[in-house]
Amino acid sequence: MSESAFQIFVNTLLANNLVLAMFLGLCPFLGVSGKLDTAFPMGLATTFVMLVASLCAYGLNLLLSAFHLEFLRLISYIVIIASAVQLVEMVLKKYSPALFRALGIYLPLITTNCAVLGVALFQTSREYNFIQSVVFAVGGGAGFTLALVLMASVRERLQLSNVPELALGTALSLMLAGILSLSFMGFAGLGG
Amino acid sequence: MSISTPQTWEEFTEGIWRQNPVFVMVLGMCPVLAVSVSAINALSMGLATLFVLVCSCGLVSLLRHTIPREVRIAVYIVIIATFVTAVDYAIQAISLALYEALGAFIQLIVVNCIILGRAEAHAAKNPPLPAMINAAGMGVGFSIGLFALGAVREILGAGTLFGIGLFGAGFQPWVIMVLPPGGFFVLGAWLLVFAGWARRRKSGEVTQHV
Repeated sequence: MSESAFQIFVNTLLANNLVLAMFLGLCPFLGVSGKLDTAFPMGLATTFVMLVASLCAYGLNLLLSAFHLEFLRLISYIVIIASAVQLVEMVLKKYSPALFRALGIYLPLITTNCAVLGVALFQTSREYNFIQSVVFAVGGGAGFTLALVLMASVRERLQLSNVPELALGTALSLMLAGILSLSFMGFAGLGG
Repeated sequence: MSISTPQTWEEFTEGIWRQNPVFVMVLGMCPVLAVSVSAINALSMGLATLFVLVCSCGLVSLLRHTIPREVRIAVYIVIIATFVTAVDYAIQAISLALYEALGAFIQLIVVNCIILGRAEAHAAKNPPLPAMINAAGMGVGFSIGLFALGAVREILGAGTLFGIGLFGAGFQPWVIMVLPPGGFFVLGAWLLVFAGWARRRKSGEVTQHV
């Protein structure tokens, strides 16, 4: 692969934003984006899990390839991610119990966040080297955080406005996401 | 739980209509939006998910007394991942074109919230047969939802259904519908349709009583 680290970062952050262009990680995107206070930490926690998972997945993939056990890839990746989430959960519980309660059920659900598994799978299928994988994970996490924060800000503003009762809830969020996604399409081709 | 025919039927239809995973519970959105570019993609994704759902719910339900509570989620995930790997290789063997169109999203069935949700909420508490029937209902409901989305997006975005042209040469395709924003818009529109329908029915009931 000849993509430079910078290209990968810009691409995953904006042009191929995990949430708005690749549809990964929509559950937390729609679930936690109600308030800015929880959206940002959630994005950071997910980014951290993504980075840990990506590093482990890189090493594990080398190991699995060496023993020709590629069919175990999916199972071992998901176990790694589950352990990384457990780690983040324990750290948060110890150092920031308030945040731990605010994130609630969505914290263990990072395990089933497709964005995390998606990053690990994409870096394998695109055959990124070590540096590229790290940059890809950080860029993906930053893109996820960006989308989450943008969405949360818009939804906070919307609480003050007069919306048809019929559209309240998920339908409204989806329409918003569509408009955000439309504007992110403007970044297409930015990373070269 | 005793298995009587009407109850079994209810278990099955619950996932199709009253608790439809796509339109009512809004679960498992990632594959729904990403794969529903065309009707055929959407349908095959739905069938793959249906298979994984039924198999893993059956197995989880068989093992429900042996799995220790503390590690149950990890066990469920491993069971699901096993079936997904099988489906992944099966699709690769059956149709390479389809495999390339669906891409990483076949493997991402693992993290589909519907499957884990069903395993935890239903299969872990019920015997295998009702669990599998319930899972099948959910899977069918999911497929219907995916198909509804995929068909609309293909018709509007490419003017075709299952690759067959519908409108002739004069049709100007609405390209945005097959691009990512279109997925959000069409799903939002479907939810609006259902919300409007539910409200109309509710108000209809009220006037009948009056």
